Amino acid sequence: MVSLRAVSKTYAGGTVALDNITADIAPGEFIALLGPSGCGKSTLLRLLAGLETPSAGEISWENNQRPAPGEIGFVFQDATLMPWLTAAENVYLPLRLRGVHKAEAQPRIQSMLAQMGLADFAGARPKALSGGMKMRVSIARALISEPLLLLMDEPFAALDEFTRHRLQDDLHTLWRRTGKTIIFVTHSIYEAAYLASRILVMSPRPGRIAADISAKIPEDEDRRTSRAYTQLVADITHTLHKIMPHE
Amino acid sequence: MNKWLERLAPIAFGVIALSAWQAAVIIMKVPFYVLPGPIEIAQAYRDGYAVLNPALLSTLTVTFAALLLATTVGVALAVAMAASQLFRAAVQPWAVMLQVTPIVAIAPLILLWVPQPFIALVVCASIIAFFPILSNTAAGLAATPQDLQDLFRLNGATRWQVLRLLSLPSALPNFLTGLRISGTLALVGAVVAEFVAGSGGFASGLAYRIIEASYRLEIPRMFAALFLLGVSGIVIYAALGLLERLLLRKRDA
Ligand SMILES: Nc1ncnc2c1ncn2[C@@H]1O[C@H](COP(=O)(O)OP(=O)(O)OP(=O)(O)O)[C@@H](O)[C@H]1O
Ligand SMILES: [Mg+2]
Repeated sequence: MVSLRAVSKTYAGGTVALDNITADIAPGEFIALLGPSGCGKSTLLRLLAGLETPSAGEISWENNQRPAPGEIGFVFQDATLMPWLTAAENVYLPLRLRGVHKAEAQPRIQSMLAQMGLADFAGARPKALSGGMKMRVSIARALISEPLLLLMDEPFAALDEFTRHRLQDDLHTLWRRTGKTIIFVTHSIYEAAYLASRILVMSPRPGRIAADISAKIPEDEDRRTSRAYTQLVADITHTLHKIMPHE
Repeated sequence: MNKWLERLAPIAFGVIALSAWQAAVIIMKVPFYVLPGPIEIAQAYRDGYAVLNPALLSTLTVTFAALLLATTVGVALAVAMAASQLFRAAVQPWAVMLQVTPIVAIAPLILLWVPQPFIALVVCASIIAFFPILSNTAAGLAATPQDLQDLFRLNGATRWQVLRLLSLPSALPNFLTGLRISGTLALVGAVVAEFVAGSGGFASGLAYRIIEASYRLEIPRMFAALFLLGVSGIVIYAALGLLERLLLRKRDA
């Protein structure tokens, strides 16, 4: 779907955020970008989204087709909803920007909210929603334009454990059902192991890809308690110990 | 219960203060041309309302026209400053300079240059009033959340869409704060401009009535006019506060 070839990013201040990143991302993969704070995970996501340009190297897309507006969905760490709009109006935004009429978009918005378990909250404003619900609205907004690629930057980091588990379950189900390509930034080993089909471990200063672990947990088992999951968590932990500098 | 007390407190304070004032004036036998009591002021209003009310109306017309002009210019400048760094750099120092120059010093010039007295008064008052709207709106526009700007960009939004659907609504609370300050400043500006213009002899506002009353030593009428100004200021402030609550209510619930 997209290939990164020796991509580096140096910010104006001289910070080398990414150094020589090479990776191929296939359609339908669920990739977890795992790494400590400051290793350039967000930067990598922003490069893929086209919000920043690489200082060196190149990002090439399948069939040489840069995604059109709306073909990339982005979910931020905070829900970043517009407080003056209802949940439904927030979800409508990407379609609205493309000139789709509200009446025409309404059925899609309703079904998207229903999928996210928010059918009864279409008219609620963000102030009236819990943190988990806001994040669901934010995900619904990212999915409404049916993006080919979904980029998520630590979307569940600010949620409590219970809500996080439920949202992780739902996201995983959504991925299995739709086969979307997802790149998910996290600094939780457990989250990466639970969600992803492939884990890219990043090391800091400068940001590099230090390990590429493929994850295969049988889908029929209870993932969170399965042996395969515990084993994967152990593997990732060992890998991290090997590559992270000890102080 | 507590809420009620809070509502009642300013009224009770006013009544007590007015009674004390009246009592002091009577007991100390202060002559009315030095300090009239509230009763004399009320009588002066009863005798003079045919003159005072139209004057108030005239001052308020200038105030609202000035507020309208200040809002238009203030918001337009804020938007232009948010859109162009160069424009901001070019205009900001001049806007500050206009703000710190006392209006009494500029007013005679404006009255000289603008032949139509009503427009001249409106221009003077809006020079005082536009700055809070400009600076608050500009601050609000500059604080548009970066993540949302990125989201708009990812979805191919035009600059106009970003402005209309994101920046302006997110700056609305700041704008309304500025508007509330500007509302009372517009009244101040209108009165100051009328004072300056009053000596030119074509004014009909409350300031002119105050000057006139002071020449004739009609001190109670002067106080009645002052009282009208004070009440107008409070009403404008409260009305704009209400507008603010109404417009922002949806965000909070
Ligand atoms: N706009 C910017 N200008 C200058 N430096 C930046 C900018 N954005 C990020 N950086 C720097 O680049 C490095 C990588 O930042 P980035 O946000 O990509 O890390 P991250 O892995 O997402 O960290 P976190 O887990 O804390 O979100 C950091 O040292 C950061 O200070
Ligand atoms: Mg980050």
